[in-house]
Amino acid sequence: MAKRIDVTDLNVYYGSFKAVEGVSMTVEPRSVTAFIGPSGCGKSTFLRTLNRMHEVIPGGRVEGKVMLDDQDLYASSMDPVTVRRTVGMVFQRPNPFPTMSIYDNVAAGLRLNGVKNKKTLDGIVEQSLKGANLWTEVKDRLSKPGAGLSGGQQQRLCIARAIAVQPQVLLMDEPCSALDPISTLAIEDLVNELKNDFTIVIVTHNMQQAARVSDRTAFFNLKATGEPGRLVEIDDTTRIFNNPTEQATEDYISGRFG
Amino acid sequence: MSTVTGASAADQTPGPDGRRPLQADQASTGRVGDRLFGGAATVSGVLVIVLVSLIAIFLIVQAVPALMDNSANFFTSRVWAPGGDQPAFGILEFLWTTVTASTIAMALSVPVGVAVALFLTQYAPSWMRRPAAGLVDLLAAVPSIVYGLWGLIAFAPVFKPVQSFIQDKLGWFPLFAPTGISGGTICFIGVVLAIMVLPIVTALSREVFDQTPTAHKEGALALGATQWEMIRTAVLPFGRPGVISASMLALGRALGETIAVTFLVSALADGNPWSWSLFNGGETFASKIANNASEFSNPNKTGAYIAAGLVLFVLTFVVNSIARVVIERRKAFTE
Repeated sequence: MAKRIDVTDLNVYYGSFKAVEGVSMTVEPRSVTAFIGPSGCGKSTFLRTLNRMHEVIPGGRVEGKVMLDDQDLYASSMDPVTVRRTVGMVFQRPNPFPTMSIYDNVAAGLRLNGVKNKKTLDGIVEQSLKGANLWTEVKDRLSKPGAGLSGGQQQRLCIARAIAVQPQVLLMDEPCSALDPISTLAIEDLVNELKNDFTIVIVTHNMQQAARVSDRTAFFNLKATGEPGRLVEIDDTTRIFNNPTEQATEDYISGRFG
Repeated sequence: MSTVTGASAADQTPGPDGRRPLQADQASTGRVGDRLFGGAATVSGVLVIVLVSLIAIFLIVQAVPALMDNSANFFTSRVWAPGGDQPAFGILEFLWTTVTASTIAMALSVPVGVAVALFLTQYAPSWMRRPAAGLVDLLAAVPSIVYGLWGLIAFAPVFKPVQSFIQDKLGWFPLFAPTGISGGTICFIGVVLAIMVLPIVTALSREVFDQTPTAHKEGALALGATQWEMIRTAVLPFGRPGVISASMLALGRALGETIAVTFLVSALADGNPWSWSLFNGGETFASKIANNASEFSNPNKTGAYIAAGLVLFVLTFVVNSIARVVIERRKAFTE
């Protein structure tokens, strides 16, 4: 159930401000692609265009093409709601719904899809929590508030919530930046398992993390201050970290700037 | 304005890193500034409790002697003849009028107010949000006498055909039975009260809906929620305690509203037959007391009115307690 993403010449705007310019890339199914780059280079913005979450911000729009296998995500007949049900997202700060129990958090997406059968829900909730490596920790307190979990558990709860609707692609926007090293490790292990089923795109500020979890790495940068962000290069992770084509990438990963 | 539940969405927003908000004076350091402000806050807090208690004591002390002399049943009688050698008074009619008029006001203003607040925070174009919110706040500050005047002069003629229409078509139902009273019926009062408290419900609900964390809204949207589904999953649950508080504040105002109601009510003649109809006239607690303030000639007579006031006091207290319980019950899910 994983799909390939094909981006061609994508520009992202907020109002008249051009945030990202001319991105073209292919993301392979059942792989992990990491986006790295300095703050403000547009990698999160670009990530959000992959499930049209940038449209939530007033004035957000794109030019260019994003294909999910043979579906055009920006076709006029395409409903952003459908896109987001196909392309799930996990955010920087864990954001379980505070008024819902652990169970209800995981079931939220399914309920939105109209799943009402208790047995079906029970099954998928258990399977998703297991998939997010959280089941053993919470199975005895499914009716307790989701916000009562630790930060790392909350993030895994959010991952369970995202995979419960069985998306094709899972986008992760710096999923570990608010977590401690142990919880980070747990999420990274999880990403490794999840790539068997999903296409995963992960934005990270942590280059070691990109090196650890991803198969492919994309390096984003600003041409200059005030200019839009752009994709410098995308390649196999080992190549990016050992022998990148572009000098800018080399400078960034070796810590010469950023 | 006698009621607030004391709960707000801010109470329940966790601190940084998901910690609970600081409680009591855990943060106090014992320095002069902390002691000064801590002390001032404590005094203020105690002052509120003392004031409420003193009002309750005043009402009880004044009401009890009159109630002892009362020859009618205070709760079930419809007679109102305090004073004299054989005082007889009961509050049934005022209780009925007050509660039904306020219920109508709530039933109309809460859904509409929440809808307006949702429109202003979630749907309205951004250029419109601030000015419209300002207007609503302004409306909430309009004195009630203005609503009374407007109700009497502008709204009553418009509402009259509506009342006759309902009585014509639904008159078989006891609540809508025709009564022959055309002016200030309970229903009319309820509608005017609804319009009066609508800005309160709207302004406070708007405030909490506006504070819904973006993270929660985006969480719902990223799951493939439509805007309405996002509102149901993220905005409404977050705003719930605030909406309840807003409704309580509005209900407190509706229950106790005096001048507008005094202006509009059709008082019933003594000995009129009982009717369940919402199109009957009748006095509320507040209007009855206000209309007869000039008659407080002897302590027993005054006591009867104060007893009526006491019932109003207890009523608001009970309603607030219920709201408080409703909010507390779900508290674990908001921390």
